[in-house]
Amino acid sequence: MHPSTLVLRRRTRTLSGPAVVRWALIGAALLFLAVFLLVPLVAVFTFAFQKGWAAYVAAISDPEALAAMRLTLTAAVIAVPLNLVFGLAAAWLIARFRFPGRSLLVTLIDLPFSVSPVIAGLIFVLLFGRQGWLGPWLAERNLQVIFAVPGIVLATVFVTFPFVAREVLPVMQAQGSDEEEAALTLGASGWRTFWRVTLPKVKWGVLYGVILCNARAMGEFGAVSVVSGHVRGITTTLPLHAEILYNEYDFVGAFAVASLLTLLALVTLVVKKYVEWRSVAS
Amino acid sequence: MEVRSWVLPLLLSLAACSKSGGGDAPAPGGAVTLLNVSYDPTRELYEDFNAAFAKHWAAKSGQKVTIKQSHGGSGKQARAVIDGLEADVVTLALAYDVDMLHDKGQLIPANWQTRLPDNSSPYTSTIVFVVRKGNPKGIKDWEDLVKEGVTVITPNPKTSGGARWNYLAAWGHALRKPGGSEATAQAFVENLFRNVPVLDSGARGSTTTFAERGLGDVLIAWENEAFLLTQEVGKDKFEIVVPSVSILAEPPVTVVDKNADKRGTRAVAEAYLQYLYSDEGQELAAKHHYRPRSQAVAAKHASKFPGVSLFTIADVFGGWKKAQAAHFDEGGVFDRIYVPKAR
Repeated sequence: MHPSTLVLRRRTRTLSGPAVVRWALIGAALLFLAVFLLVPLVAVFTFAFQKGWAAYVAAISDPEALAAMRLTLTAAVIAVPLNLVFGLAAAWLIARFRFPGRSLLVTLIDLPFSVSPVIAGLIFVLLFGRQGWLGPWLAERNLQVIFAVPGIVLATVFVTFPFVAREVLPVMQAQGSDEEEAALTLGASGWRTFWRVTLPKVKWGVLYGVILCNARAMGEFGAVSVVSGHVRGITTTLPLHAEILYNEYDFVGAFAVASLLTLLALVTLVVKKYVEWRSVAS
Repeated sequence: MEVRSWVLPLLLSLAACSKSGGGDAPAPGGAVTLLNVSYDPTRELYEDFNAAFAKHWAAKSGQKVTIKQSHGGSGKQARAVIDGLEADVVTLALAYDVDMLHDKGQLIPANWQTRLPDNSSPYTSTIVFVVRKGNPKGIKDWEDLVKEGVTVITPNPKTSGGARWNYLAAWGHALRKPGGSEATAQAFVENLFRNVPVLDSGARGSTTTFAERGLGDVLIAWENEAFLLTQEVGKDKFEIVVPSVSILAEPPVTVVDKNADKRGTRAVAEAYLQYLYSDEGQELAAKHHYRPRSQAVAAKHASKFPGVSLFTIADVFGGWKKAQAAHFDEGGVFDRIYVPKAR
């Protein structure tokens, strides 16, 4: 056996207390997980299938539910690539260059995390609303931003802004720029260096960021609720639709829609685990 | 940042798309869409009414009309219309919120409420109590709500139109009873709110708190909401108690002139609201637990809506604007009497 393993073993033994304490702690953790994660998860599906499979299918194939799915996907399909490009560019800029305003950019990237989503929504109302700064200008051109699809996309982009940048930045910083410098001195162009050297090294970070970004884009409630206007079948996303159904005492419908979002979360979790596993393996 | 350069054009093109989708000018015989921005408890009513009106309008004009609905707290909905939600008509909980469309948004003329019969309120409602089956606390009238050990559920009058009706109904009761004065009314309402453990932001939220979370002995609610609760949600779980005196709630409707003119939908929007006064519209209102204005239709449903001595906002408070300023604005009576409870 390697000597360092022995040392490690001895150390863990001294760190661990008597078996009772260990099991009590594990038990407490498991109980906590069960109460806060497992029970709600089971509850969502139990309520969703309360009236059987037919009612479940009817709830999620309702035209308004389908419209909500389309809108949720539209918002995610626009927000995620946009934030992917921005996140990569920003992370690269911050990791590789020193420039005035650099720390300001770092702070700005985090802004959507620190601002309450409701406030984020209100900012867009104040900017693009009829009474807002750009309102009259937009009205003259007959353009509608808030209470329409663009506002929902805008709010989604805003709240999912930091995910890719935040995931990629530490990976880039950890890697340093030696290999990129080598590529450049060997005559590779900037683009080529980016595609062949920089990107492959951070790809797992990027993927991880995209997954989180997508999950948030589809699940966002607060900011989207403020700019939505709640026109049924037009500006309601899946989370908003679930709330509407709940308020209409349609609990099966509400939980059926919620179960779709839960499934999305579970798929995200599995993909995320897979990505983590692959990134460690590589 | 290179992203900036194409974010704006992208959004603008999206905006343009959404415009061409929603803002279609009506050609005779073509299709037209209306957006009805309403408050929470009217969802079921307008779902039925929209279908009935679409049929009526198709028969009358040959034009296909699709009505989109948006629901939420009345004050919030008015705010959204002022901020640019393109409602052709609004059907809100109280005249004060519609007044805001004129005062803050210049979207409608000041005399909007005189344009349709009955103060532009095609149906009315009142404020009643919902108690748990068997009425275990023996609630019969307003005075029972301030008793020790009774918990009352009502939403926040700052954010909910329904809550303001509740509050003013309680105030009016205390003011109008023998020996009542402004001072006794204030004391009564203060005592009432002492029995309120939680203020939800909207009427539906309070109903859910009472019905689903099982909080409280009494729910003060719109009569229509109370019917919905007792007949459709919790059959055999709740009972309605009608107090001896209550307030006449007049939820008003109006065309939003600026939006309707811009979208070219004025004719159909006006017909839509007028149809609320037709026999079919009145029947649907009664079916969805609103008190119809039409004497004939009301007579048919007399057993459903028991007689209550009703007073109006104008009688007791001199109109919504005065009531709002005195009671609900920053520093008004409500701010002075309500002390949030540490739970």
